[in-house]
Amino acid sequence: MSAGAPLLRIENVSKGFGLRRTLAERIARTETEPLRAVDDVSLELRRGEILGLAGESGSGKTTLARCIIRLVEPDSGLIELDGTNMREARGQELRELRRRMQMVFQDPYSSLNPRMTVGAAIHEAGRVHKRPGSENRDQFVREALERVHLSARLAKRRPRELSGGQRQRVAIARALAVGPELLIADEAVSALDVSVQAQLLNLFLDLREQLDVAILFVAHQLAVLAEVADRVAIMQRGRIVEIGEAGAVFGDPQDDYTKALLAAHPQPRLPHAA
Amino acid sequence: MSAGTAPLLKIEGLRVEFDTPHGRVAGVRDAGLTVNAGEIVGLVGETGSGKTLACRSVMRLIPFPGRITAGSVEFEGRDVLAMRPRELREFRAHDVGMIYQDPFSSLNPVFRIAHQLTETLRANLGLGKAQAHARALELLADVGIADPERRALSYPHEFSGGMRQRVMIALATASQPRLLLADEPTTALDVTTQAQILTLLKQLNQERGMGVLLVSHDFGVIAQVCDRVAVMYGGYIVETAPVEVIYTRPEHPYTRGLLESIPRIESAGRATRLPTIRGVPPDPTEPPPGCVFQPRCPYAQDGCEKVTMALEMVGPGHGTACPVRPFTTPQRPEAAPTGAQV
Repeated sequence: MSAGAPLLRIENVSKGFGLRRTLAERIARTETEPLRAVDDVSLELRRGEILGLAGESGSGKTTLARCIIRLVEPDSGLIELDGTNMREARGQELRELRRRMQMVFQDPYSSLNPRMTVGAAIHEAGRVHKRPGSENRDQFVREALERVHLSARLAKRRPRELSGGQRQRVAIARALAVGPELLIADEAVSALDVSVQAQLLNLFLDLREQLDVAILFVAHQLAVLAEVADRVAIMQRGRIVEIGEAGAVFGDPQDDYTKALLAAHPQPRLPHAA
Repeated sequence: MSAGTAPLLKIEGLRVEFDTPHGRVAGVRDAGLTVNAGEIVGLVGETGSGKTLACRSVMRLIPFPGRITAGSVEFEGRDVLAMRPRELREFRAHDVGMIYQDPFSSLNPVFRIAHQLTETLRANLGLGKAQAHARALELLADVGIADPERRALSYPHEFSGGMRQRVMIALATASQPRLLLADEPTTALDVTTQAQILTLLKQLNQERGMGVLLVSHDFGVIAQVCDRVAVMYGGYIVETAPVEVIYTRPEHPYTRGLLESIPRIESAGRATRLPTIRGVPPDPTEPPPGCVFQPRCPYAQDGCEKVTMALEMVGPGHGTACPVRPFTTPQRPEAAPTGAQV
């Protein structure tokens, strides 16, 4: 982990969505305030660091994640990956920046092409970005699958033949196949069962150790973040209301909203938690 | 027939099967469960464990080509499976209510909230138009919707997820059912909204003495409101116990594994690997012999492949399907740290 410049730097990023005006407003020609989905957000992410991003639905966490990779164009602010301005990049340069940051989505059922085999999906990602080793398709796919602890035999299967946990592993394998330095996991474990979720969380921790990849981990479940994140940021109505070391934020929350979220979190009493 | 001492709901030996091109597949293999009046019973399990099928069996709402092929479902001593269409209709209308996971698709988008409530009230209770409307407003107020007169004129899309789920609860409890079936009622909601809905369920349960069967995959939700818990795996109830017992003294390895793999807030700042259950849930087309959990069980030993999945009582109200107790050191190495699968 280099202590120097951060891998990802976001400064004062904002994104608003225009709301549809009511008929009365259109007749009166009144302009409505846009919804500030992301409102003046700044944060940094170091190499090999896992930053958790929490908040309720509608708090802007997904919009922020999408702004970073420019799936959504932010209105203002600075986004830098390793010192390169993401917002000014065009064409080949943008493609290269996007290769260096990959995204894993919530729904493993819809983020994989049902008509492509697992192997083809992974290989395509490598081929498009001309990754070293992608000339040898079988080996490239096998290595990618082994990285996420899946058997190379799965390469011939199609997504519908896999379980939810396996599909999400495939999505992660595909993201990692192009050698990213930053992984954006948008609710990547939210749709999974508890026992599968635990396996995936451990996988993210392994990947960080092995590949020194930084992870922006978006999740609405605070306990999930507690298990993986080094630092956490809490979002409310487009703003980051609290950010800090995971132990500090969850152990001694300062913001009222963070406290409310923690209080509402259903906590099972556990055998070894006493 | 009056309720007498019969439990509100009693399911015994329930089996639900599906005819598929690959033969007959059992979604629920042998499930037994009781819910007493005024009690909230949690039914926990992962995807494919059969918990939703078991819950729907109570209303005989098994989707085609599924069928209940064995067992009994009794409501206040009446045999639900033997009910004739007319009786079944009455039973569904007055005795039980049901709420679903998805408050987004269970309301009709083209009708106002008031219309949907009054329609149910008129059909089920035979109320007149004005009467039904007045009652609908009362119901909305009961489930905590502010300004019911105005909100009743809204369409479902104008409501948030939490408010829609409140409307669903109002609909399900409109005819004062004695049993409410709640299938993952808070899964699609935010934690703060989830807490409100659970509080509402608890309140209705206490004020009206309504029994609730709460199906969930989330032990945290169960811990908040339930009196008793049944854990389902591979089509069987593997353990049942009072809620405070299941968290402190789980007596089935699956329950144990599940509890240990739940992420916890207290882990913040010292991220270690979570214990995981190795392997994958059983394929319903090829269930393992004996104990369904045995291929993944760290305590498995010789003979586990011959176990019948019957609940053995190990304490007051505490039953487990695992005869290998007390648990000592695992007979097989613990799950690989990464939970490698396949």
